[in-house]
Amino acid sequence: MPTLTYRDALNQALREEMQRDDRVFLMGEEVGVYQGAYKVSRGLLEEFGARRVVDTPITELGFAGVGVGAAMVGLRPVIEMMTFNFALLAVDQIVNSAAKMRYMSNGQVGVPMVVRGPGGAALQLGAQHSQAFESWYAHIPGLKVVMPATPADAKGLLKSAIRDDNPVIFIEGEMLYNTKGEVPEGEYTIPLGVADIKREGTDVTIVCHSKTVAVALKAAEQLAADGISAEVIDLRTIRPLDTRTVLESVARTHRCVVVEEGWHFAGVGAQVVDTIQREIFDALDAPVLRVTGAEVPMPYNKQLEKLAKADPAKVIAAVRQVLYVD
Amino acid sequence: MSTKVVMEALSPTMEEGRVVEWKKQEGEAVAVGDVLAEVETDKAVMELVARAAGTMLKHVVAAGATVPVSELVAVIGEPGEAVEAGGNGKKAEGRKDGKPDAPAAAEPAKPAPAKPDSAKTEAPTPGAPAPGTQPTADRENRPTSMPPAPPAAAATEGGRVKASPLARKIAAERGLDLQGVAGSGPQGRIVQRDLAALSARPASAAAAPQVPAFRPIPAGEPFADVPLTQIRKTIARRLAQSLGPVPTFYLTIEVDMERVAEAREALNAAGQGKISFNDITIKAVALALRQHPACNAWWQDDHIRYWNEVHVSMAVAIEDGLITPVIRHADQKGLRQIAAESKDLAGRARERKLAPEEYTGGTFSVSNLGMLDIEEFTAIINPPEAGIIAIGRIAEKPVVHEGTIVPRKRMRLTMSCDHRVIDGATGAQFLQTLKGMLENPLALVW
Amino acid sequence: MAGTATKPGRKTIDPATAETWRAWLRQMLLIRRFEEKAGEAYSLGKIGGFCHLYIGQEAVAVGTIASLRPDDYITASYREHGQALVRGITPRAVMAELFGKAEGCSGGKGGSMHLFDASLGFLGGHGIVGGHIPLTTGMAFAIKYRGTDQVAICYFGEAAVNNGAFHEALNMAALWKLPAIYICENNRYGMGTALERASAIYDISERACSYDMANEVVDGQDVLAVKAAMDRAVERAREEKLPTLLEVRTYRFMGHSMSDPIHGHYRTKEEVEEQRKRDPIAVWSGRLIADGVMTEDEVKAMDQQVVEEVEDAYRFAEEAADPAPEELFRDVYAPEEN
Repeated sequence: MPTLTYRDALNQALREEMQRDDRVFLMGEEVGVYQGAYKVSRGLLEEFGARRVVDTPITELGFAGVGVGAAMVGLRPVIEMMTFNFALLAVDQIVNSAAKMRYMSNGQVGVPMVVRGPGGAALQLGAQHSQAFESWYAHIPGLKVVMPATPADAKGLLKSAIRDDNPVIFIEGEMLYNTKGEVPEGEYTIPLGVADIKREGTDVTIVCHSKTVAVALKAAEQLAADGISAEVIDLRTIRPLDTRTVLESVARTHRCVVVEEGWHFAGVGAQVVDTIQREIFDALDAPVLRVTGAEVPMPYNKQLEKLAKADPAKVIAAVRQVLYVD
Repeated sequence: MSTKVVMEALSPTMEEGRVVEWKKQEGEAVAVGDVLAEVETDKAVMELVARAAGTMLKHVVAAGATVPVSELVAVIGEPGEAVEAGGNGKKAEGRKDGKPDAPAAAEPAKPAPAKPDSAKTEAPTPGAPAPGTQPTADRENRPTSMPPAPPAAAATEGGRVKASPLARKIAAERGLDLQGVAGSGPQGRIVQRDLAALSARPASAAAAPQVPAFRPIPAGEPFADVPLTQIRKTIARRLAQSLGPVPTFYLTIEVDMERVAEAREALNAAGQGKISFNDITIKAVALALRQHPACNAWWQDDHIRYWNEVHVSMAVAIEDGLITPVIRHADQKGLRQIAAESKDLAGRARERKLAPEEYTGGTFSVSNLGMLDIEEFTAIINPPEAGIIAIGRIAEKPVVHEGTIVPRKRMRLTMSCDHRVIDGATGAQFLQTLKGMLENPLALVW
Repeated sequence: MAGTATKPGRKTIDPATAETWRAWLRQMLLIRRFEEKAGEAYSLGKIGGFCHLYIGQEAVAVGTIASLRPDDYITASYREHGQALVRGITPRAVMAELFGKAEGCSGGKGGSMHLFDASLGFLGGHGIVGGHIPLTTGMAFAIKYRGTDQVAICYFGEAAVNNGAFHEALNMAALWKLPAIYICENNRYGMGTALERASAIYDISERACSYDMANEVVDGQDVLAVKAAMDRAVERAREEKLPTLLEVRTYRFMGHSMSDPIHGHYRTKEEVEEQRKRDPIAVWSGRLIADGVMTEDEVKAMDQQVVEEVEDAYRFAEEAADPAPEELFRDVYAPEEN
């Protein structure tokens, strides 16, 4: 199986889906001539032409709305947000138009659209460029929210997202684009709404997604050296949430830590915790703890930024706490 | 404003407590929930926790002092603040009815009366939150932080048992009573591991003589590790100080061996190899351990490992010393198998041909000097095991049997017990069972 | 202004045109009587939520939609009952939707502001001012993408032209040369704020100059003028693949929504009375009578017919069933077969 970067896995998925279905087009800032701000769309303009690889003005609201309108009448747009920080301008279109059209129209008009791009912090990009918004979108009925952590998942999930008949918010990671992994060639899809056990364990379940999968795996490795066996579950899709995989795991391990990059208040983890305590209260031996980003706008300073992020040490501390080992 | 720290009633019956050790020194910063001192109560060593934030201004009593409940022990306040709490040892005002005062610092901070113009007239001091308060954002910013711990007393508080949902479920399934179980989680929460070795008992059993009941080990588990309770810790520390690393006590019991002798004769008459008294005793010990798993345990410094398997070590004298080959799963083996194994192990022990795994991993030991005419003796415990039985000789003695003095074969067993693991009554009950088995050896065969 | 092209006068009208003109009057009457009935139902508590009436603006819906083909796409704001009726959603289906009934054109789940009929290319009333304008650009983009000769049109009020969605959408339509027609129904008030209190320029059509986009101002109370202007815009879109901003000057005779007074603080009773003198229905029926296309009695008979049709729609809506409880969770997501 070839080893690809996350970036190239996304590129491959886009290319394959555009080859497969003429209704699929890519639209966004710098996706064409510039080859993509993060080079995810490299080579696509050359292959598919300006009809299907469309550079836009810097108007997130506008081109998100164009995507919704095109989807309403049968196309399958992939709208690239240079980052999800800029997608804030398009939230009206995503929430008020895309997420509700099918319902408001009594099922007559759907919006099969993917809005994709990197989310969360990279390095020292400061407060306005370092935000994880998945919980915002996951809050909205009508949207699906997908966040792959590995190159293979990136390919399989993007292909499924493009084929999905619903608006899908597909959040990548700037820090993930260069990560490498084996990626199956050709037709390879992963169903949305299915979590993945990235590491098996027996003592505690660590639930995570996107960039925090690597954080959790690192923590699990260090915990193993202390004789603590941690299971790492990558949600992969935030909405619909694969509660079954999470619950089955926690029912076995009796302890759980939920890790996410975003802020604590009303984060994705809060939803996971809610599900666990409601469904398998009697299986719990400890309160479920959460490791999140600090409740601050992201500082520019490198050391402060490090403090603000979820890291393996914080995950380990939480795991030890739910195991009552300290 | 300073806050008085008083000796709190850390057990329902506590009247005074001894400050074992100050955990917060004078001048040290104190947050709500911090452990200020270890206090030994009539039952255990408990933690006295801070109910106000600030700086430890003064230890009113020194470590080692015993202080009545509700008497002042320390003062917390702002650095440099004058301690107006009175002289050393001065009693805080107690109630006339003799009940301890509610600790002064435990009173919830009363919010200042809301005044519409308070913002103008009373500028709050920046960076100096009121004791016990934190800016909300800061609190939210510590996702893994726990609420300040109230005193880590027993998990039972006003009749309500603090236990994790899982612990409650296990208890319900196994018919365990959580009341009185020492929880090892935060605020004394009973968690899964606290139940690992807890035995089933009716939820409201009439108070039997307080011999710690043993806790069954879940089926399929070779053993269960049980964290040390405060009382276990205290016993361990004190007795070790007194007697050396393994604080041992000894219990002797005399067993009537008439019926064992008859049974042995009958068995040996059938041929197929000889069974010794020693073999029979090993088997009996193993079966008795099965009934008294509290004696089938290892001391592990910070916890006790209760074994769900019985492996009997058997002291064998060899040239220049002794070695203890192990009869594994002795409780599950027949007498003939034990006899064969012990003979083989002893033989190879003398030839020094035992593999390490053949002389390690025992859960309890026996040592026999009866063949050397020793009446009774005390054997030395083979750590981490917690007990050893010293077997004396079998001799005919005049005893009153069914109203008349008759000669009967008698044997003395002396059990050395590691007091950190086994208490007197626990060991005694085990010996009672063992005696019963030897005096009714059919139990061994079946 | 192109609004003066339709002076009445005795001339020979060919039968087909006469038929069309009568049909327009009937559509305008249908909107008027329907909206009056909706207002009544609202005051009786049979219609809930927001309800924005189209009374006074009838000629705009009729004149513009008259230029369209069945396969063109229409998107509108939340004041869209008129366009929905003219496009062909039955009065029963619209009224039932206002009543929140299962037989409504959006199954009772859309309501007054979200009327849909995909089979008619009527792709929604939308509730966020200006938010739907980019959707029309997207539909026009899809038309160009597929290479068909459809047209996408969008209705919005003059208050929407000040927001970003309007500018972003028009810029892209002009930039990419898309077959879109942006119809600004300038009824002078964004809720209670007069145009001149919200917009730095008075002539909204001039906004199109920023994008080098064709534009026109038309008298919205004159259905023939509206139709003529719309014909030009449609031809530009269909033939030249270019967008148009059409400013249609009209007037809302009722309050912003049913919970607003007709005039209130932001406009005078006298102003409303003055504007009512140019009631588009009176203007058009007068023209038809003057041209000998209809008699006064015929107009009255037509009106009576329309009243009965609206009464039928009302009874239908009243008797229709509420959506079944299981409808609550249907259509949040697409059905699970893909």
